[in-house]
Amino acid sequence: MAHAGPEYGLSRRSFVTGVVGILGGIIAAVVGLPAIGYLLSPSLKSGTATKEEWVPLGPIEELVVGEPRLFAFTRTKQVGWERTANSYGVYVVRKAGDSYDVFSNVCTHLSCRVSWKEDENEYVCPCHDGRFAKDGSIISGPQPRPLNRFEYKIEEGTIYIHLVEA
Amino acid sequence: MAAQILTWLDERLGLTGIYKTVLDRKVPKVNWAFTLGSATLFLAVMQAATGIFLSAYYVPHPDQAYDSINYIMNDVAFGWLIRGIHHWGATLMVITVVLHMLRTFFYGAYKYPREVTWVTGVFLLLVTLGMGFTGYLLPWNQRAYWATTVGTSITETIPFIGPFINQALRGGTDLSTLTLVRFFSAHIWMLPAALFGLIGVHIYLVIRLGISKIPSEDE
Repeated sequence: MAHAGPEYGLSRRSFVTGVVGILGGIIAAVVGLPAIGYLLSPSLKSGTATKEEWVPLGPIEELVVGEPRLFAFTRTKQVGWERTANSYGVYVVRKAGDSYDVFSNVCTHLSCRVSWKEDENEYVCPCHDGRFAKDGSIISGPQPRPLNRFEYKIEEGTIYIHLVEA
Repeated sequence: MAAQILTWLDERLGLTGIYKTVLDRKVPKVNWAFTLGSATLFLAVMQAATGIFLSAYYVPHPDQAYDSINYIMNDVAFGWLIRGIHHWGATLMVITVVLHMLRTFFYGAYKYPREVTWVTGVFLLLVTLGMGFTGYLLPWNQRAYWATTVGTSITETIPFIGPFINQALRGGTDLSTLTLVRFFSAHIWMLPAALFGLIGVHIYLVIRLGISKIPSEDE
């Protein structure tokens, strides 16, 4: 860049060329380097990885043995500036001896919501007439698997489920 | 090695010729006011670069425009810098483009043989103002909304064709999603296409004709 001859010193022309080059480089770096971070920024945020949470559903003392009870809650997910509210439905069945069946109400066929029919003693999916027994097993219909179960725990009379989101 | 590669490329691409024609031009003894055109060009390039980066996050929809800009300002790394340069660069560009025009006018540099350069310059001024006008709506905040309401209403006062122009600008009788999207389209495609096309002609003419000297008293 700088052609500094020993006899002539740095010529005006090469000095100006050099300064313009250096300033240009600085300006390009000031915009260019942050731009890399700018473009990559959301991709590098760790918040998008698997999220897990223990969600309190409610007190267990109100649960009647052998009677499925639906608990509902919503969780909001934010991607960029866009918020999406997801609603969850969980059936809890108290069994004799203080053990519980905890099911997601999402049908294992095509993710419609099943509901408990007291008079039929079955969970019924309205979309393709999938039917599940009280213990979540398949009675009839197109569904490939029994109802999905949540891992649960009981602390101070409240039942919690382990919600793991991809 | 590097020199050999450069020589090889130069022989085929004529880089030295381009460099000499574009940058090593003979210029008369002039002052700093003669840098305003280059300053404007530099700002135009910066606006293009930062504008392209902003389009990576901005969404031209009434529900999301404001939120997406908030996201750029608060959550994206250096988003404040990229948008800040675009915001202030826009204001600065209008200033330099007007000063550049005043310099040309007062030094009489628009005269023969540079009339076409002047005419393309006039269109460049208009396109620059158009860029400012369309870009101002994009944040879709109160200021943007009402500034555009007022700005487009002004066209309505033109006799006979006013209401038509107003509706054509807004894409309907009121400001709406359609206004936002057409302003966005104008801001990132139509006006920049016109801008850089005109810049090409403008600079070609500056290189072809050279720049005028400062007029002396007896001229």
